[in-house]
Amino acid sequence: MSITLTEKAAEHVKAFIANRGKGVALRLGVKTTGCSGMAYVMEFADTIEDSDEVFESNGVKVIVDKKSLIYLAGTELDYAKEGLNEGFQFNNPNVKDSCGCGESFTV
Amino acid sequence: MALIQISEPGQSTKPHERKLAVGIDLGTTNSLVATVRSGQTTTLANENGEHLLPSVVYYAKDKTRLVGSEAKQYKITDPLNTISSVKRYMGRSLEDIKAKESPLHYDFIQTNSTVPRIKTQAGEVSAIEVSAEILSVLKKRAELSLGDELSGVVITVPAYFDDAQRQATKDAGRLAGLNVLRLINEPTAAAVAYGLDKASDGVIAVYDLGGGTFDISILRVTQGVFEVLATAGDSALGGDDFDYVIASWIQQQLELGDDIDKSLRNQIIHAACQAKQTLTTERLASINIASTTLELSREQLNNLIDPLIKKTLMPCRRALRDAQVELEEIKAVVMVGGSTRILRVRDKVGEYFDQPPMVDINPDTVVAIGAAIQADVLVGNKADSDLLLLDVVPLSLGLETMGNLVEKIIPRNTTIPATRAQDFTTYKDGQTAMSIHVVQGERELVPDCRSLGRFSLKGIPPLVAGSARIRVTFEVDADGLLHVSAREETTGIESGIEVKPSYGLTDSEIEKMLLDSMEHADEDIAARMLHEQQVEADRVLEALAAALDDDGDMLSAEERQSIDEAAGNLAKLKTGNDDRAIKQAMQALDRVAEVFVSRRMDSNIRKAMAGHNVDEFNA
Repeated sequence: MSITLTEKAAEHVKAFIANRGKGVALRLGVKTTGCSGMAYVMEFADTIEDSDEVFESNGVKVIVDKKSLIYLAGTELDYAKEGLNEGFQFNNPNVKDSCGCGESFTV
Repeated sequence: MALIQISEPGQSTKPHERKLAVGIDLGTTNSLVATVRSGQTTTLANENGEHLLPSVVYYAKDKTRLVGSEAKQYKITDPLNTISSVKRYMGRSLEDIKAKESPLHYDFIQTNSTVPRIKTQAGEVSAIEVSAEILSVLKKRAELSLGDELSGVVITVPAYFDDAQRQATKDAGRLAGLNVLRLINEPTAAAVAYGLDKASDGVIAVYDLGGGTFDISILRVTQGVFEVLATAGDSALGGDDFDYVIASWIQQQLELGDDIDKSLRNQIIHAACQAKQTLTTERLASINIASTTLELSREQLNNLIDPLIKKTLMPCRRALRDAQVELEEIKAVVMVGGSTRILRVRDKVGEYFDQPPMVDINPDTVVAIGAAIQADVLVGNKADSDLLLLDVVPLSLGLETMGNLVEKIIPRNTTIPATRAQDFTTYKDGQTAMSIHVVQGERELVPDCRSLGRFSLKGIPPLVAGSARIRVTFEVDADGLLHVSAREETTGIESGIEVKPSYGLTDSEIEKMLLDSMEHADEDIAARMLHEQQVEADRVLEALAAALDDDGDMLSAEERQSIDEAAGNLAKLKTGNDDRAIKQAMQALDRVAEVFVSRRMDSNIRKAMAGHNVDEFNA
């Protein structure tokens, strides 16, 4: 199962990396924390580690460490606007339940 | 579903612990809020997509408040309840305001405190409360845009704002429920937006031509630290004046004369403003007024506005002179304010400073952008290495030593936060307490500096003068708060106070203190030398008196007399102001007392050795 980006998400990632002036990929991951167990990690990546899986979607390189991949496989990353707020949204098929705000989740 | 932003490597935060920070440009005419999202700094818009919030608050009869464009429309119909340009009143007393504004624009009331209030139909309000209304709207906008509560904000203030004006701005932030991380100078924020804090060291100029005011600031950047060298400007010159000269030209062309009704005048000014904007991209603008069409070329515009641009270059010259900087030393010119979009302004400024000015960032938002970058760093979203230090100690901090002398502990222009320690000792035998007087200023003598506070360190063990070790530590935190502590090293006893060094000092007072210190440098050094000799004379006389008390019988009558004479002479000269005479008298006393000193020493050694065998001392 791979990880994909919607066209809109990919455009934003490309723009943010270009604005930052450096970065080879977008790192996605999970860490065990938060009110319902897991939380997403989304960072600029300046290097790719040997332990990373590399995906490419709509022209953006996405890297995920192998441990996180178990929880993220099949995820589609989207970019959404809610009122004045805007940002990235994880459409993750592995999620069973998430806390009220959706920032952390259980699988 | 939560919306997530991209973090810097390793800087991902836990859910609900995201550190959201914004920068706010609290302007005289318009205000703005900006933030860093996924590494990109952007200004935030309201529901209608408008970024600029007019800094206007309308107080309605039913006590509701309108802020921004909604409030602005009441400016003409209900001027006394529509407060605009409130920034001009921040931190100002009624006398200050009266001196600048005549007649007063609002119904001011003197209150018991120094803060005047404005009477509106919804009650009395202070400038701080009006500013807080504006800040509250921006806070709400930011929280809606970022999806959570704000951790902290950075608010910008003009470089020439004094302590009272800065304090008022900080108070307004707090009143609006904001955690004000720091206030930064507007020109500094603009320079940060261009990344000049990370560029090589040097002097930069920030040319800020807004709607109604002009400011020029000369800054020195040293390893990411900005120091304001000089500011100058014209508080009654801005883009509006450009519109007026174009409007006058239109009136002339249409042969309307000066006596026209208000609505036609407003139409003409509006058309003038549009033509001005058109000419930043086009070479020709057409103006339709009273069913006539006029054409204004860029060349014609230039001729009309050149005298105004020239008026901005005079303060530039003044600022450079005040900063004692040569034109060639300026390594960058940053353009701020909507009026710097006018090509002629850019050309003339470039010509004056002999280099193309920096115009890549939207001049309306550049200050807010810089504030947002700073807020993002301060709240901890960047690696520590990116942390900017922006402030310096404006005047030296020190303490009083014997003889009214100032010992500087933290010299002026030291970057903050800063910690400096120095060791002091006791002056008298058996001294058990020490009074520490903290002062601020550049002069050598205490009465010429400003007193910040006093505290005492008690419980020093009684020792011979000069053998106790007291470490005094000065610590200035990022907000400019000074904490002074003293610690006796052998016993570990400690005492300290916290003071706010710049409180109540206006920029002009700071400037005066600096100028005084340069003017009086020679005088000060002479005074310092005199005081040092006087202190030393006191010490010598006191030690002599103690020795005579103990061992006076070792001296013959003649010897005693010559010592007394020399001591009397020194005591007399000590009160005068000839430091050399005091020194000579001290040396004279030293000579006549030599016999006494050596006899005491012999006697002391004899006492110490009495009853002991010589061999014991060889061990």
